[in-house]
Amino acid sequence: MKYVDEFRDGELAKNIACNIEREADVNKSYRLMEFCGGHTHAISRYGLVDLLPANVRMIHGPGCPVCVLPIGRVDQAIKLAREYGVILCTYADTMRVPASDNLSLMRAKANGADIRMIYSTQDALKVARENPSREVVFLAIGFETTTPPTAVAVKQAATEGIKNFSILCDHVLTPAAMHAILAVEGGVSLDGFVGPAHVSTVIGSKPYEPFADDYGKPVVIAGFEPLDVMQAILMLVRQVNDGRAEVENEFTRAVSREGNLKAQALVDEVFELRDRFEWRGLGSVPQSALKLRPEFAALDAELKFKIDYVAVADNKACECAAILRGQKRPQECKIFGTVCTPENPVGSCMVSSEGACAAHYSYGRFRENA
Amino acid sequence: MTSQVKPNYTRALDLKNGRVDMSHGSGGRAMAQLITELFAAAFNNEYLAQGNDGALLPAGNGRIVVATDSHVVSPLFFAGGDIGCLSVHGTINDVAVMGAKPMYLAASFILEEGFPLADLKRIVESMAKASRDACVPIVTGDTKVVERGKGDGVFITTTGVGVVSDGINLSGDLAEPGDKILLSGTIGDHGMAILSQREGLTFSAPIVSDTAALHGLIETMLSTGARLRVMRDPTRGGLATTLNEIAKQSGVGMMLHESAIKVNQPVEAACEFLGLDPLYVANEGKLIAICAQEDSQRLLEVMRGHSLGREASIIGEVLEDAHGFVQMTTKMGGRRVVDWLAGEQLPRIC
Repeated sequence: MKYVDEFRDGELAKNIACNIEREADVNKSYRLMEFCGGHTHAISRYGLVDLLPANVRMIHGPGCPVCVLPIGRVDQAIKLAREYGVILCTYADTMRVPASDNLSLMRAKANGADIRMIYSTQDALKVARENPSREVVFLAIGFETTTPPTAVAVKQAATEGIKNFSILCDHVLTPAAMHAILAVEGGVSLDGFVGPAHVSTVIGSKPYEPFADDYGKPVVIAGFEPLDVMQAILMLVRQVNDGRAEVENEFTRAVSREGNLKAQALVDEVFELRDRFEWRGLGSVPQSALKLRPEFAALDAELKFKIDYVAVADNKACECAAILRGQKRPQECKIFGTVCTPENPVGSCMVSSEGACAAHYSYGRFRENA
Repeated sequence: MTSQVKPNYTRALDLKNGRVDMSHGSGGRAMAQLITELFAAAFNNEYLAQGNDGALLPAGNGRIVVATDSHVVSPLFFAGGDIGCLSVHGTINDVAVMGAKPMYLAASFILEEGFPLADLKRIVESMAKASRDACVPIVTGDTKVVERGKGDGVFITTTGVGVVSDGINLSGDLAEPGDKILLSGTIGDHGMAILSQREGLTFSAPIVSDTAALHGLIETMLSTGARLRVMRDPTRGGLATTLNEIAKQSGVGMMLHESAIKVNQPVEAACEFLGLDPLYVANEGKLIAICAQEDSQRLLEVMRGHSLGREASIIGEVLEDAHGFVQMTTKMGGRRVVDWLAGEQLPRIC
């Protein structure tokens, strides 16, 4: 496949692997966090860990949008569908996120709630136009990548006067989460970040500069293809070896320093910062999520249906918080692979194949027994 | 005065504009007419013509295999086939991968009130053609009608009967460490043909379902005398799920080689676009065969000589592994587990 195969070339991967092997200092350990689930998925799916020396360790970060969605937020969506009788539209991977009372959107759907999987915000608008007598709510989740399409839908609905459409806004911000990971007392033992791919196409590389400047952590923005990831790891190893902490861009074919200004303006026009937002695993993080601006209040499902967010504590045995910070590995969690499996996820990291635990469960389990 | 009434006259079924109504399932004259004018006319064979509650069949020589499969695919018509031929191929394949010669089929229809008779005719004719091409007659059947909104157009359940000759023993628990794993062709074609046709998902490149009856290919494979252990058609859940089933049944592990598993380009592109892994996408005209290592090359050549196995390849080996992991060496030179499918995000495909 053109434009894809070029980035999945096994021979080139070996070359980069040789360079990493040669340049990584055997007396050092390199603990690198790939923030995004897309990178986690690529590392797992292509078995990239096998290409790295033992002292270069990849730590899976929290950049999986469905994984970080807390129980209380899913509860809100289920409540809208069950008690207010709305048609709830959502992206497919949100369907399995665990909620209260042993529910998920998928189980609520099986119990009769009208919950529909869609592929784009345009589909949600279409559902609203086709069902003028019903309230249609779009559960808007995701990082900066999925925010602009939501902004487009909100503006369209406002312009067209689609009165039966609103959004339940759970859009979150990448840099805020990275701050939350780094701003732990006593510091974290991370030597660098593989920076987001798609998120960075929107926000650019500039927002990562404080992580290099203030926290002294190298960041290399990388694409989601396996060769991108390998190259970024090599670049991080080099920064660590040189004692540099810079924001470098491996993904130059899509990311600039400024990012997509048009998309940023659109998002800014429609959304504003929330004071705080609760993340599964990271807890309550200041200024880490978005809500609709007052001008669009009529399209805000939280206001329209007056449903407040009620925080629900995660399962006590769940180690997601430590895993998301790179302090623990999935296999060090007591309930990993027993109580908590991809079929019955307890913690956030087991929900989507991009989550650290699910990725390890699905693609890496054999290593424990090897 | 002589009566104008013509004895035994019924107005012909309106196969152009008519629709299924509740009377077509009531057991009365309308149902009899639907059966005679549509089903019996299309499936026409001596066993069906017996017209009894069940078909009386000559016993075959050997052990009997029975398999049944319900079909609920949406959309009913898709590139490369429709629910009709799919329901014939699917059941023939389930019988054939047991090493049996498929002999007879039974077909049961659940029709939704309001379903256009013209569509039903198309489906029935497609089934009839598939069954004739495969030389496996549909010898008995049933029709029920459910109220509008209680079905999805048409559901078809087919049951197949076949006979296994002496000396042929295929079973999911017979894979042994050292055996080779063969695959008859590309993967993911059926599932992506269905998905790409669904509302809102159109790709310019045509993706055609691979739906086909595999018993001819299987007969050729069996005639080689190769020591075949397991045969299976990787339908729902795709190649990955089927191999995990076999690994579990046989208590073995497997090592696959990604570079040996072929995916048609449009399928690969569509999977890429939708974030799906072709290893988990359904096939309806492919088979997996596990055979003794020494016979694998010979078997592969025979498969490649058949029109349905032209792109066959040896995709991996059976290993000793108490955990029963199916693993894969990736094109990148790493290793990963090819796990069971978790959950189901895809719409109905078969």
